[in-house]
Amino acid sequence: MSVKAPRISVTVAEVVEVNPLIKRFRFVRSDGQPMPPFSGGAHIVVEMDDHGTRRLNPYSLMSVPEDSSGYSISVRRDDTGRGGSLYLHQQVKPGMAMEIGYPVNLFSLDQRAKKHLMIAGGIGITPFISQMAQLTSLGGRFELHYSVRNRELGAYVDELKALYGDRIHLYFDDEGDKIDLDRLLAGQSFGTHLYVCGPKGMISWVRSTADAAGWPKGTVHSEEFLAPPVGQPFTVELAQSKKSITVGATQSLLEAMEAANVDAPYLCRGGACGQCETDVVRCDGHIEHNDHWLSDEQKASNRKIMPCVSRFGGTTLVLDR
Amino acid sequence: MRSRPVYGELTPRPGSGHLFVADGEGAEAILDLFQKAGAQASSLLEKSHIIYMPGPNGTDFGARLEALGAAQYHRSPSFASAQSRLKKVLADAHMGLQIYLAGTEGLMGQAQRDVIEAGLPHEAVQTEHRGSTVRRVQCVHCKGITENVRTDPIKCSHCGLHLFVRDHYSRRLAAFQGVNIDAEDPGQVPAAVERFK
Ligand code: FES
Repeated sequence: MSVKAPRISVTVAEVVEVNPLIKRFRFVRSDGQPMPPFSGGAHIVVEMDDHGTRRLNPYSLMSVPEDSSGYSISVRRDDTGRGGSLYLHQQVKPGMAMEIGYPVNLFSLDQRAKKHLMIAGGIGITPFISQMAQLTSLGGRFELHYSVRNRELGAYVDELKALYGDRIHLYFDDEGDKIDLDRLLAGQSFGTHLYVCGPKGMISWVRSTADAAGWPKGTVHSEEFLAPPVGQPFTVELAQSKKSITVGATQSLLEAMEAANVDAPYLCRGGACGQCETDVVRCDGHIEHNDHWLSDEQKASNRKIMPCVSRFGGTTLVLDR
Repeated sequence: MRSRPVYGELTPRPGSGHLFVADGEGAEAILDLFQKAGAQASSLLEKSHIIYMPGPNGTDFGARLEALGAAQYHRSPSFASAQSRLKKVLADAHMGLQIYLAGTEGLMGQAQRDVIEAGLPHEAVQTEHRGSTVRRVQCVHCKGITENVRTDPIKCSHCGLHLFVRDHYSRRLAAFQGVNIDAEDPGQVPAAVERFK
């Protein structure tokens, strides 16, 4: 997708405070039509005009995939972030008109699996909510292990327990709970696939533990949306478009290109999918590679950049865009 | 239909168990793997299960394989007779089990199909081609499978059509595709050449 990709005009139908940190938003189509179908694990980008900065932030859909009456997302407030989550928490009210992108799934269930073992950390629960709904209607086997800081901040804990009973396993950090991952992985029947969504540390812990336990790569799936980090403003020259743009402190390079009407591709906007990869024509300075797409070698060469999350410091950066 | 599969070289990988399925000369790929494993060979063998059958050319290295001393060794006369055991092992297994296939394409293809059916992605299975290059061919016309094909063209063992053996391989069927060669000009069949040994 790109900034010129079609959008869906929606109306905010509901804003619910799930807990002191998390709010849930429900969008329905403004033209009264059904929403396009999606599969569990899909995300949408939500377009925001945050004090003059146009943001397209990705959020996992957590509604039931067959429910075409609307989409729901949950957003955790990040007080130190760039402002997208704060905007949603503070400015978005029921009845407001907004624009969202079409659903994209970079974290879909692998249909070849005999069983789905899910591990969620904090707000990483959201894609699993739609996946579990999908598996329930298709009759797939699953088990969820959900780790949260404490009972108060455990979003949807009670709802999930009520829906899925002992298939939901809860872990509260404050009470000293910890997932016994070695044991959990060792006991899984052949043909199980593993899914993890949560903070970076959790994803790498789960991935490396599974790898050491002999789980093949293709059976381990993860999703992490990196929020574009804030940083110093910098200037970039776009060779094809013959433009020079300035990226603001709380803006991503991708957002700055979009603001300048440069058609730049993206899917995840979180440094994971590879869609936004851009060739560097010239680099006098240092690229802060914040993605987990490029190899270390590519990062060191400074010949590629992922504009959705990466930044630059130095005198000149020219991109082939 | 997919094009010709690529095979690698068996390498020990960390895992909770190790399942080997091999025919004919494939035994030597397993012997080589344990050679490579060096000091780790004995701990690997403690968790290993070997299913072996003689190759289509009659090669039988069963005795050498058995002498390795794996936790379980089972010899079958053919894949067909070993298949129910393979399926049972997969049904009872846990994640962490590593799968190694070695020998002819027909054997590896059929065993891999069972592993994929058990839920593993195909790229998670290690394969090493050894020995005979005879092919398992499916006639695209009658859908019948002809085993151990050595020549090209061949006569379909089911419908009797003359088939050209293509390099197109179907993972789902674990077979190469055979297409009628004299459809335009019945009776005009080139002499069969031994292409697979
Ligand atoms: S948009 Fe996915 S890596 Fe940049």
